[in-house]
Amino acid sequence: MWTTHHRRWTTHRRRLLAPWLACACLLVCGAASGQTAQALQIRSLAATCANCHGTDGRAVEGSAIPSLAGLPRDYIAQQMRAFQTDSRPATVMAQIAKGFSADQVNALAAYFAAQK
Amino acid sequence: MTRRRELVRALMAGAAVGALGGCAATAALSSSAKVVVIGGGFGGATAARYVRLLSDHSIEVLLIEPNRSFISCPMSNLVLGGMRELADITASYDALRSRHGVTVVHDTVTAIDPARKTVRLAAGPEIRYDKLVLSPGIDLMFDSVPGLQQANTDGQILQAWKAGPETVALRAQLQAMRDGGVFAITVPEAPYRCPPGPYERASLVAAWLTLNKPRSKVLILDANPDVTSKGPLFKKAWAELYPGMVEYRALQKVVGVDGSTRTLRFDLQDDVTADVLNVLPPMRAAALALQTGLANANGRWCQVDFRTFASTAEKDIHVLGDALLVAPFMPKSAHMANNHAKVAAAAIVAELQSLEVNPTPMLTNTCYSYVSQTEVIHVASVHAYVAAEKTFKTVAGSGGVSAVRSELEAGHAVAWSRNIWADSLG
Repeated sequence: MWTTHHRRWTTHRRRLLAPWLACACLLVCGAASGQTAQALQIRSLAATCANCHGTDGRAVEGSAIPSLAGLPRDYIAQQMRAFQTDSRPATVMAQIAKGFSADQVNALAAYFAAQK
Repeated sequence: MTRRRELVRALMAGAAVGALGGCAATAALSSSAKVVVIGGGFGGATAARYVRLLSDHSIEVLLIEPNRSFISCPMSNLVLGGMRELADITASYDALRSRHGVTVVHDTVTAIDPARKTVRLAAGPEIRYDKLVLSPGIDLMFDSVPGLQQANTDGQILQAWKAGPETVALRAQLQAMRDGGVFAITVPEAPYRCPPGPYERASLVAAWLTLNKPRSKVLILDANPDVTSKGPLFKKAWAELYPGMVEYRALQKVVGVDGSTRTLRFDLQDDVTADVLNVLPPMRAAALALQTGLANANGRWCQVDFRTFASTAEKDIHVLGDALLVAPFMPKSAHMANNHAKVAAAAIVAELQSLEVNPTPMLTNTCYSYVSQTEVIHVASVHAYVAAEKTFKTVAGSGGVSAVRSELEAGHAVAWSRNIWADSLG
């Protein structure tokens, strides 16, 4: 059964990898998984927009709430600032945008602009 | 195929997908790591999907959910109001399997052993985990209201708070009600799942009755001192759209029911009899959380370290969604459960990939409520983790409610539901 197999496999791997894992972590922490802590945090931050705007800013077809994926970085940042200052009227976004810092807005703008 | 054979086949398939994912994502340290998610609601489904996404499919995920299909509680009041069918709010778990490589097993967990890091399925097998995500939802405390369990079993007094067959059954009771009848809904003391839900339900029932049985009445009997969410907007809608039909009474605590006579008893007020009764009893974290010792707040709700949503009672178990003892102004909502799941998923991926866990996670929340068949209101908030206080707090200056009810927001509500279903289920 898979469960038993998995247990054996895990134990075996742990024994095999333990010394390697310890030194690898000192040198290239995260590198083996291909992402940095910062990249993961920005993905996580962008995920707070996904409920309404779609995963990675790709809204479902016909959505009245727009997609963000691939929009120009400056445009996204500018619109977020407009929501923050109430210069762009909105139902929800004025209330949501005010919850994010300038750094967070810039990170989000860069992230969604990079989604194709 | 027997359930057991089906299960073994699902687990084998999961192992194969996991192994392939591991190879594709280089020699990821995490390729041996296994995340088990219990509960395929908004919290659990999102956690399963986002552990896969955020690990670039290098971490194996097994999702255990007893129901074959996902039925959304958000938008289920539209079924009661005759605007949607149950099929419109029902979705499949197939995309989690086929597009995201999540192994989905339809079974019930009978026990969790935090010391051995295993979960036991009703079908028999025991499954090991490295990290467990528990998104168990709530249990309705029928036993806290004398007579309610029996009346519910007999189909006389329904809850329809967990969307599904009871939603359809309550709809049928409304259709069978005489014109001039009374629909009464009782609201338990907060906290409970979906704060604005009872008021939206009352609104949509009133909207349907106005068109179909205009001499009828909607009675809201609330154990709380006032409407618990978007109060002024709901009250304005009731007064303007359903004058004489909707009546709101505060501080009405149900202490007993009689299903055969459809009667409610209160601690202070006189009995109320109605033609259709919808009693929402007090709620708590689902039984599995209690049984595992995770409900460490009054034996009712689960406490977590909000930076990671790890249980404060047991190591390597993350608890999400409505089962939590929430942070200030954090509603028990689908949107919030979906956001809990993303913070937990990122923390799990970080820990398994030996990356620093995000010190400043964020959450958003948006709850839309229909007040008529065409008009909607919302409440929105943004929550930032405050390390010094080890909790989430709403960001000063953010959040709020609709200025007015509008058709514009009805369009947003539909888009929100379709996008969050896709974001949670893939």
